[in-house]
Amino acid sequence: MPSAITLARPGPGSPVELAPGVHWTGALDPGLRVFDVILRTANGTTYNAYTVRGSAGVAVIDTVKAEFAGAFFERLEQVARYEEITALVLNHLEPDHTGAVAELLRRAPQARIHVAPRGLDMLRALLKDEFADYEVVRVRTGDTVSLGDRSLRFLTTPYVHWPETQCTYLEEEGLLFTCDLMGCHFCDERLFNDAVGDFRFSFEYYFDHIMRPFRRHVSDALDLIEPLEIAMIAPAHGPVLRSHPREYITHYRRLVTKRLASEVAQKTLLIFYVSAYGATSQMAAAVAEGAAENADVRVSLFDLAVGEVAPFVDLVEEADGIVLGTPTINGDAVKTVWDLLASFVDIETKGKLGGAFGSYGWTGEAVAMVESRLQGLKMRVPVKGLRIKLHPTEPELEDCRGFGRQLSAHLTGTAEPREIDFASL
Amino acid sequence: MATAKLTFSDVALTVNVPSGTRIIEISEKVGAGITYGCREGECGTCLTRIESGAENLTEPSVLEQRVLKENMAARDERLACQCQVLGGEIKVRPA
Ligand code: FES
Ligand SMILES: [Fe+2]
Ligand SMILES: [Fe+2]
Repeated sequence: MPSAITLARPGPGSPVELAPGVHWTGALDPGLRVFDVILRTANGTTYNAYTVRGSAGVAVIDTVKAEFAGAFFERLEQVARYEEITALVLNHLEPDHTGAVAELLRRAPQARIHVAPRGLDMLRALLKDEFADYEVVRVRTGDTVSLGDRSLRFLTTPYVHWPETQCTYLEEEGLLFTCDLMGCHFCDERLFNDAVGDFRFSFEYYFDHIMRPFRRHVSDALDLIEPLEIAMIAPAHGPVLRSHPREYITHYRRLVTKRLASEVAQKTLLIFYVSAYGATSQMAAAVAEGAAENADVRVSLFDLAVGEVAPFVDLVEEADGIVLGTPTINGDAVKTVWDLLASFVDIETKGKLGGAFGSYGWTGEAVAMVESRLQGLKMRVPVKGLRIKLHPTEPELEDCRGFGRQLSAHLTGTAEPREIDFASL
Repeated sequence: MATAKLTFSDVALTVNVPSGTRIIEISEKVGAGITYGCREGECGTCLTRIESGAENLTEPSVLEQRVLKENMAARDERLACQCQVLGGEIKVRPA
């Protein structure tokens, strides 16, 4: 290990030097257990803010969650005076990074604010009436801000994980400020990846729940990051990655690549079903049969009665179409079906083909409920759901096959164009 | 009453609609993959590619123009919750 790496802990309230004139001025939140309602952390998190000093100015990169503003200002004041701050860079406008922005601007009103193009609207909402008091610059990939002998270059990296996310690169030091990207919820005051405890699990967990649904966009961000000379990655949560930073980029690249390589060129259609008395199961088999008549579609049939849905998520992520069969019980689809649908929050479903079918006794509303959820997941639902009262007759099974055939036609782009009147909707 | 032919190519369906109809009034009913957030022309979620017949839509309002710009929309993209069809044929798909 190079001797330059120190394992010293920062004193309470002290800033931490990353490179000459570059400091961590963030805050530790060891008590946090649940982040943003959905994300758990077993040992808290950090909100990493940074300052960069150049010969002609100081830049502040991101701030912290509001309740930690005190710690942020305490550290900031030890490395810069407010009147020296020429630039405020906001890589992301989620509240865990902007809680001290309004107060910082009151203390350093001369600072020019740098946000990605989509950040403007959110900044306006954050600053309310004070928005008009400051100078805001919208920056795009390649734009720079000079601090004299040093400069910051911006990379527009939208949807990792909000529309306005961006990264900032300190060229002279090869230091990349990535905000949530390559971050994790892990609180260790030793701060650097070669000094903190084992955070590998937290790193994976954070990717799986925050970045995975946006993996297409993460991939675009990596396209911009990979060509850079990188000495250190400074994310906004968890350890600063100064030891082997390139490995984290390589690892992210692996994480955004297809988890299940497909050995076939066909479109993939997954049919999931739950059946109470065997009727929906009969329908499922017929739908699968009809769909499989199309040689360009690979059809798989799964019974959700096994109860565990998590193992299907990887499969769904790579699938072209997803069809759900559910009976209507107590006026609703069954819980396993909702569990499966809820697990889709971790993946991208936009543009996939969706469909629903099911047997029912009295009302049969489950099919429409599932269809509208599929639409909420940004899927297209071109074939109207199929509902059958009690057990299907042979002609009804033929309807199921027809339903399957239509789904396959839509998957392969061979569906007959149809024309209808507004009034029939 | 003047009508228009509005085609949703991702679901291979054409709907004959009265002029003045907004895309948002139809797209969900036919299962097209266009999705909505605010439904009021603010968030940009409903960004839609106009494959043909852009001239058969109402001109974008000042609000829509701003949101299109902030979302870095391409020249052939519009907000499905905002634009209305005037007549003729229009072909759309999710952006
Ligand atoms: S749904 Fe928000 S702009 Fe159309
Ligand atoms: Fe975030
Ligand atoms: Fe964050």
